Amino acid sequence: MPEAPLLAVHNLVKHFPLGGGLLSRPRGWVRAVDGVSFNVKRGENFGLVGESGCGKTTLGQLILRLMDPTGGSLEFKGQDYTNLSRADMRFMRQRIQIIFQDPYASLDPRMKVDSIITEPLRATQRISKAKRREAATELLERVGLQAVDLEKYPHEFSGGQRQRIGIARALCVRPELIVADEPVSALDVSIQAQVINLMQDLKEDFDLSYVFISHDLSVVEHICDRIAVMYLGTIFELAPAESFSVAPRHPYTKALLMAVPQPDPHARAKLFSMEGDVPSPIDPPPGCTFHPRCQYTFDQCKAECPPLVEAAPNHYVSCWLNQGRGLKGDPLCE
Amino acid sequence: MEKLLEIDNLSVQFHTPEGVARAVDGVSFDLARGETLGLVGESGCGKSVTALSILGLIPSPPGQTNADGIVFEGRNLINLDSEGLRQVRGREISMIFQEPMTSLNPVLPIGRQVAEPLMVHKGITKKEAYEEAAVWLENVKIPAARERLNDYPHQLSGGMRQRVMIAMAMVCRPKLLIADEPTTALDVTIQAQILSLMVGLKEGLGMSVLLITHDLGVVAQMASRVIVMYAGEVVEEAKVMDIFDSAFHPYTQGLLKSIPRLVDRVGGRAGRLNEIAGTVPPLTQIISGCKFADRCPHTFTLCREKHPGLFALGDGHNARCWLKDYPERRKTHA
Repeated sequence: MPEAPLLAVHNLVKHFPLGGGLLSRPRGWVRAVDGVSFNVKRGENFGLVGESGCGKTTLGQLILRLMDPTGGSLEFKGQDYTNLSRADMRFMRQRIQIIFQDPYASLDPRMKVDSIITEPLRATQRISKAKRREAATELLERVGLQAVDLEKYPHEFSGGQRQRIGIARALCVRPELIVADEPVSALDVSIQAQVINLMQDLKEDFDLSYVFISHDLSVVEHICDRIAVMYLGTIFELAPAESFSVAPRHPYTKALLMAVPQPDPHARAKLFSMEGDVPSPIDPPPGCTFHPRCQYTFDQCKAECPPLVEAAPNHYVSCWLNQGRGLKGDPLCE
Repeated sequence: MEKLLEIDNLSVQFHTPEGVARAVDGVSFDLARGETLGLVGESGCGKSVTALSILGLIPSPPGQTNADGIVFEGRNLINLDSEGLRQVRGREISMIFQEPMTSLNPVLPIGRQVAEPLMVHKGITKKEAYEEAAVWLENVKIPAARERLNDYPHQLSGGMRQRVMIAMAMVCRPKLLIADEPTTALDVTIQAQILSLMVGLKEGLGMSVLLITHDLGVVAQMASRVIVMYAGEVVEEAKVMDIFDSAFHPYTQGLLKSIPRLVDRVGGRAGRLNEIAGTVPPLTQIISGCKFADRCPHTFTLCREKHPGLFALGDGHNARCWLKDYPERRKTHA
């Protein structure tokens, strides 16, 4: 029997009520995550990319069960944890941890680094204060800070150093999977490189897998093995990183890739700009949710939502073009 | 080429509880008519403060702006009183800010905000100003612009708000547009729309643009010349091709090498990113040598003892680095 994947997400749905209250019915639903399925294998870096409002952060929080899904299921190494109680979830969170985007907002300003890093230990295990301190010292040094920093408060650190503290906190319980929600987007490019390299080193040392959430395609492509592109709560394309930028199959992926300004003045192309904004997730367009912005739209796109199918080996796409196989996988250059 | 703006020895200091912070420390550069000059650097390098000080927008106290000259078309802006500056702002030099949410007035309809500079500077009637505002909202490609004159900023998406900001900045047909991170808060597909719009408008009006950004991709696509700032100083300045092809300063080289690029994976997992070790020194610290010495891979004794000048390398390429005089000190493996 094949080994169960580290994380399996089956048809996950999260709808938020819009308005409404104790006595009134909600006026509508925000379909933040609308039927998402994927697996993450052990040792794999899985990337989730998309623009603001595509549901990638909600999906990350659902994986940690920081909020409860409306539908679908979550499995960790074959164990379903969709409906675990709060107490049981505490133990599950020793195996799945999270790094947040904003290193300024995600560390309690009134706690010392020592307490911040060991809080997950205190929450999940009974171990002595001395042991905890020992663990904190070791972790802090591992992420590139020093033992003396244990007595400091978050405001004494720069953004990059704070993100290192956030990483040490996630590592504290020795998790197997870390959901990293935009871990470097608040950082400057030289600091971003430091943190990305650190995350890659730690992956080897601690035998980690990452679910790496970002809007920055080049960062995701650099660090991830497989990448899923999200739009309005669904996955449009899921492919190995190698074929992702070379031969995208979904017109949205292609548009995203072409919109990234390349740091090369010789390749000064007319930036490909796609018309229009992302539609509202409250009232998404019928059929394929991308059809109002897509240059290839035809009748079927407006009527039916395309399924996610394997258009090439390990390359999944949800698009009606070429009998549901999307673009032909041409290289990007035009 | 004819010079539109000349900045000579600009310094901006802020008095803080930790001491005097030298946000901008002896910056000089000029900007030619019709040119797009990119001002690049990481957070805290002084690029935004430089831009704000051109228009006399640094609050005093705590700020203190000194310069031998900020000369715009032969007039020294540093000598102008607040009324004189008000005549320049919005009419001859206008500015686009990073946050379209916080820089528009939330309680005024957008039509009024776009028409205001016209009524103030051109003294035309309200009716004419609104007519002109509608034309500009169409120019920046806001759909159904005429019907939206009475919309409030919260009714618009981030990209649409940034379009309104651009329309406001452009209505008086300024000679210089200062764009401070105009697309940083936007998604990549919307960024591409805004950048193409800016290119089109710039060509149409023949104005100059001072483009401030931390994104080297945006600079590569937009600028004709680039100034790199570090810790309040200009460290390198050159034509855009020279910056990307033959950067001289170790900081510029480090920055360029630290960007993850799309399509640079060679067979599976991408390699490590080049990182610049350490962090930017605090602006309150007094450094007698080169400000980058602590992070530079080539540092030698002189770097810590004496502050390097901005040396000319020919063809308008300047770099603030002792390696100009001691090329043998450059380590090849770094």
